[in-house]
Amino acid sequence: MGLIGSYRLRMRRRRLIARAVLRRKDLVPVAQRTESLRPDAILLFATLRNERVRLPYFLKYYRDLGIDHFLFVDNDSTDGSRDYLAAQPDVSLWTTPASYRKSRFGMDWIMSLLRAHGHNRWCLTVDVDEFLIYPFCETRPLRALTDWLDASSIRTFSAMMLDMYPQGPIQDQPYREGQNPFEIAQWFDSGNYTFTRNWPYGNLWIQGGPRSRTFFASRPRQAPALNKIPLVRWDRSFAYVSSTHMLLPRGLNLVYDRAGGEKTSGCLLHAKFLDTFALKAQEEMARGEHYAESREYKAYLNGLAEQPDFWCKWSEKYINWRQLEILGLMSTGNWA
Amino acid sequence: MRLGFVMLTHTALDRAAQVARYWASNGCPVVIHVDRRTPAAEHDALRAGLADLANVRFSPRHVCEWGTWGLVAATQAASSMMLAEFPEVQRVYLASGSCLPLRPVGELQSYLDQHPRTDFIESVTAADVDWTIGGLNSERFTLRFPFSWRKHRVLFDGYVRLQRRLGIRRRLPEGLVPHLGSQWWCLTRQTLSAILDGPGRAAYDRFFRKVWIPDESYFQSLVRIHSTNIESRSLTLSKFDFQGKPHIFYDDHLQLLRRSDCFVARKIWPQADKLYETFLSPEAASQPRAEPNPGRIDRLFSKAVERRLTGRAGLYMQSRFPTRERENGRTAAPYSLFQGFAELFEDFETWLSKSAGTRVHGNLFAPDRVQFAGGVGIYNGCLSDSTALRDYNPRAFLASLIWNTRGERQCFQFGPDDAQKITEFIAGDPNAQVSVITGAFAIPLFRSNLNFGIIRTEAARLQRIESEFLSVLRAPTSKARVRIWNLAEFLENPIEPLQTIVDEINPRSPHRLSEVPRLVDLTGFGQFLQNLRNQGMKPVLMGDFPVNGPSPTSGRRARSKQ
Repeated sequence: MGLIGSYRLRMRRRRLIARAVLRRKDLVPVAQRTESLRPDAILLFATLRNERVRLPYFLKYYRDLGIDHFLFVDNDSTDGSRDYLAAQPDVSLWTTPASYRKSRFGMDWIMSLLRAHGHNRWCLTVDVDEFLIYPFCETRPLRALTDWLDASSIRTFSAMMLDMYPQGPIQDQPYREGQNPFEIAQWFDSGNYTFTRNWPYGNLWIQGGPRSRTFFASRPRQAPALNKIPLVRWDRSFAYVSSTHMLLPRGLNLVYDRAGGEKTSGCLLHAKFLDTFALKAQEEMARGEHYAESREYKAYLNGLAEQPDFWCKWSEKYINWRQLEILGLMSTGNWA
Repeated sequence: MRLGFVMLTHTALDRAAQVARYWASNGCPVVIHVDRRTPAAEHDALRAGLADLANVRFSPRHVCEWGTWGLVAATQAASSMMLAEFPEVQRVYLASGSCLPLRPVGELQSYLDQHPRTDFIESVTAADVDWTIGGLNSERFTLRFPFSWRKHRVLFDGYVRLQRRLGIRRRLPEGLVPHLGSQWWCLTRQTLSAILDGPGRAAYDRFFRKVWIPDESYFQSLVRIHSTNIESRSLTLSKFDFQGKPHIFYDDHLQLLRRSDCFVARKIWPQADKLYETFLSPEAASQPRAEPNPGRIDRLFSKAVERRLTGRAGLYMQSRFPTRERENGRTAAPYSLFQGFAELFEDFETWLSKSAGTRVHGNLFAPDRVQFAGGVGIYNGCLSDSTALRDYNPRAFLASLIWNTRGERQCFQFGPDDAQKITEFIAGDPNAQVSVITGAFAIPLFRSNLNFGIIRTEAARLQRIESEFLSVLRAPTSKARVRIWNLAEFLENPIEPLQTIVDEINPRSPHRLSEVPRLVDLTGFGQFLQNLRNQGMKPVLMGDFPVNGPSPTSGRRARSKQ
């Protein structure tokens, strides 16, 4: 990449950071408990809107992994999410009625919080339907991973998004509050992913999975991106470019080995396809606040009307991280 | 015999205190060195926490930056203190704050008793070492390293290059043969005191002060001068990865550590509560133990390093995306491509899957849909039969198919009418077995009921595409196992090629082919080709067919020559 290219990316990064600083004014604090955070606390950042039913299990899952503090942006929920979160002792909460779309789909808000609280800390940025799986996650807390990443001088950790789905129409098994969503959505696609390098950012662009083969089979280019870099030892000068798909400076996107080796990586189990989904899709369509004119949701609604079952004979039933490792969806790398 | 421990610590002092207490209360004196960069509060807390133990001392603090003299100075000071203050100590064991004893001190003592006057220290001639990181072996001793590797990498590297170019070399002190080895040793009083109080120490110290990573060479070299009996291995189980950073042990390594029968392990993750609890509990003793045997741990860690460096062949994923030619295997397993066979033989796919015992697909790259075996719409790994998805990234499609079906060989048909974007990938793949009967694309046209004008255009188009495919296969960069016959040549003796291919696919089936596929009826094919010529096209890929005579085996079952 030439000087001009590098300069453009630098300006892009500056602009993204400036946006985040500007959007900071959108956020109204509801509960702030960040004062007593230790310098080595592991933080989780998330934006949400009307996800009350998912929250108890989400919090439990990440508390068990070893998240020290949660920082949420509530985008004008009306279902009690705000009060529920505000009452949690390890949650700091901001709320805003501003436009999700105009805030780069929440990333401006998240980045302003990352700047304020994430500097020099390990920060996990996820949605409330994304659950991080990493090598040895059953026996080693998240801090074991971040300590190891620190010792290896690695600043970013890749976790590809794995869409999970139930067997049978998604409306058939209602999700109960507090339930592990993967008791219902326990299936996934194991080997239909495509990888391309995304210049000039240098990240991998991953597509595929059930959404791609059902909703986007005739226009694969528009299928959603599955590459994610959710866990970063944050620095004020970093910027998420598009969701958590890629970062600037672009060296942070080099989470893959180019010489044949495997770097350590994980997966984000995506519990989107529960019975709550159809409702959500309709609501989001009406709001029109999502990426690319909510193209994704349009496709879903059409698809859901015709073919509401992702499951097929070759669907793989989720067991544990080791299974994902063997299938080649994630890797232990040299972490043993 | 009394054993004393020297501990070098810098972080996680609570764990260091726990281990020191364990050793001290089991009758072993402990001298602790705390890095001078460690905050005073932590240091004071450590001292206060161990104040009740009479046989624990704290040595003068040095700054211990990795790769510098400070570590050796700290070790010297602490060892001298050990020898001076605990005259009954006969052996000194050098450990770190992240070490954990895996077997009771008593067992270590009796093991040492069985090896009297032996110094356990890994000490390898620097000239023979190939495991150091960064390519500095003997140059560690002959160059100077005034710049910090951690803080001023550019200066460090630049100064090394400069010295290499100018040919500057340091003179080694008389009698010193550079040796390298693990930092963690167990020496006898005699050897250690000879090193610390020997007449040449000032000269050696002056030399080693400027050596790179002296903690891996100071004692390892001097012990060769002073010791009479060296056992060149460390009693501390410590493994390093490809970046020279120690592997870390966690709770889930408990059984492995237990079965290793090693005495001390490092490095332990400070929050591995179960490990500390288990190995520092009084009941940790028990069953009779054997010699230290870290074999299984070695294998675990070397497999991890291999995974990091070489990876799994044929896998493309979020953290493995090799650039071209560095794939270390473009695909995961051997597979076969057949061009022209399904046109020439009736029901070739069924026959092949029976004779070779493999999975046989139709034309995976067909223009209308992916023809998976059995005509299914979704295949292994949830691969879709959508041509749009396949053609969006044909390499990923094929690589995924081969990866998903590891353990079962895949065969598929290919032809000039198929999507051709994949050809270069296949030709460059050593896993590909490619068999082509050129010109066979004309057979379906010959048997079709189309107008001859359309047939002629189509034949010319297919011939052009097939020629391009052939030149890709014949290119010097091609790595596939390629076999090419023209149609006429193949028909002279169809059995032998089939036998060869089937043997290669399934080497365990020793039998001659019992059943051969049925050839389609080619009566009049020669005339058909002539008609094409008469219409102005030049069919070249079929070979020489007599215009009027029947084709060599037309209408009959192909038969082996033997």
